[in-house]
Amino acid sequence: MNEIWQGLIKAVELIVSFDQEVMEIAGRSLVIAVTSLGLAALVCLPLGGLIHARQFRGKKTLVTLIQTLYSIPTVVIGLFVFLLLSRAGPLGGLNLLFTPTAMVIGQALLVAPILLGLTISALSGVDGLLPDTARSLGANGFQTSLVVLKEARFAVMAAVVLAFGRAISEVGVAIMVGGNILGYTRVMPTAISLETGKGDLALSMALGMILLFIALIINFGLNRIQQG
Amino acid sequence: MREGNLRTLKNRLVKFLAPPVILVTAIYVLAGCEGPTDVPPLPPQPRLRVATTTSLYDTGLWGYLEPMFERKYRVELDVIYAGSGRAIELGRRGDVDVVTVHDPALEDKFIADGYGVRRIPFAYNYFVIVGPPSDPAGIKGMSPEDAFSRLADGNGGSFVSRGDESGTHSMEKKIWANAGYNYEKVRKETGWYVEGGRGMGPTLMMTNEKRAYTLTDAGTFLAYKGKLELVPLVEKGDILLNVYSVIAVNPDKVPGVKSDLSARLVELMVSPETQKLIGNYGVKEYGRQLFTPFSGSEPKQVGDNE
Repeated sequence: MNEIWQGLIKAVELIVSFDQEVMEIAGRSLVIAVTSLGLAALVCLPLGGLIHARQFRGKKTLVTLIQTLYSIPTVVIGLFVFLLLSRAGPLGGLNLLFTPTAMVIGQALLVAPILLGLTISALSGVDGLLPDTARSLGANGFQTSLVVLKEARFAVMAAVVLAFGRAISEVGVAIMVGGNILGYTRVMPTAISLETGKGDLALSMALGMILLFIALIINFGLNRIQQG
Repeated sequence: MREGNLRTLKNRLVKFLAPPVILVTAIYVLAGCEGPTDVPPLPPQPRLRVATTTSLYDTGLWGYLEPMFERKYRVELDVIYAGSGRAIELGRRGDVDVVTVHDPALEDKFIADGYGVRRIPFAYNYFVIVGPPSDPAGIKGMSPEDAFSRLADGNGGSFVSRGDESGTHSMEKKIWANAGYNYEKVRKETGWYVEGGRGMGPTLMMTNEKRAYTLTDAGTFLAYKGKLELVPLVEKGDILLNVYSVIAVNPDKVPGVKSDLSARLVELMVSPETQKLIGNYGVKEYGRQLFTPFSGSEPKQVGDNE
């Protein structure tokens, strides 16, 4: 019990004093997670809209496949990206293994199924009459999709928040393709894993608290938007 | 009407995006300004990658040598920790330029296959079997082989194995073989044999939690001693010698590795200056040296340093 209290006190000290190492790691985590989320969202949200709007053969199978990939283990993505980017692998010439870029690629792949699948279900939740009504009122294709998107915005936001949570909290991809290099690819989850193994609990707890704090801010913001 | 809807949508999007964007910017700015030196986000220096055995990382030795090398050669050194087996595999694949490991048999094969340039031993210590002070299996003072036999008899003590193809894991297998056991059978034993699958530091922490026994290098044990109840029980036996080597990856066999820089790193590891630093590392903090440096002939038995 004593250990936990002492760790907590030290953790708070590290946070309020803006400890350089803690802030660097937290900042790097945010930047990498936001970048991968942004890239994945840029591709997956429109693609999800397209899949939703079009009728084609095997659509149900495709959606089931995407939903299955929600639970793909992070280490499997890590292994896949490692084999891809390793110098002995097909994209080895890019020299990207053990860089933040490799982590962004891995995390984007990790959250893509979530964004894609949940966008499709979010849009499916919209009343089928809505696009017809919009069109009958003279809206063009782009305006119609905007109306549908507006109707489904909370569900889409929830998908984005969920995907962000998965990206910022995962260890598997970060450690396998980032290498947990001090000052370069060390992020909050990998630092927590390393420091706990070393028995340095204060740093782990400080980073854990920051992770929770970030989640709190984001959910607070989301709630405010939904209410306002 | 539609215009208005669009505007609200835009407003809400902005409202939604603002907090994370502001937070990211704020943290990034704070993180950047906090330090005494402003580190540019994309350093122009070349990067050199070294994969190291976990004992050299968990003791803090690499954290101590890294800034020196970076200053001297104006290079960014990326240190990746992994068991010796995985470190050598990363070298073989060309994902790192240099390895620092402690598994002589694996190292010889790495070089014989053409992947490593030359094996250059730079420091040594010895392995110890550590366990709870009460020593329920009664192995204190035994030879490593006898101690392992005693543990295998199930005499009241469990053993935590690295189980990660590291140098320490190789040594464990060697002791089992010398003691007349089939390692593959031993590892399937349940109850007393635990395969941890982690680095040296975490394995020591785990052994401590379980009040079990484990095989460790003396350096990591010393560096962690303050956090552990474990005591050294078996430290005699020539088999326990633990030699660390640095090997540059061969650019003729693995194209793309940075041979010039890696040759400099190898040179630096055996330079009198670094050798002195290695010898002094941890003396003040832990009361004795964690690694004994040598850049000449390899010691043949434990205790050559005393």
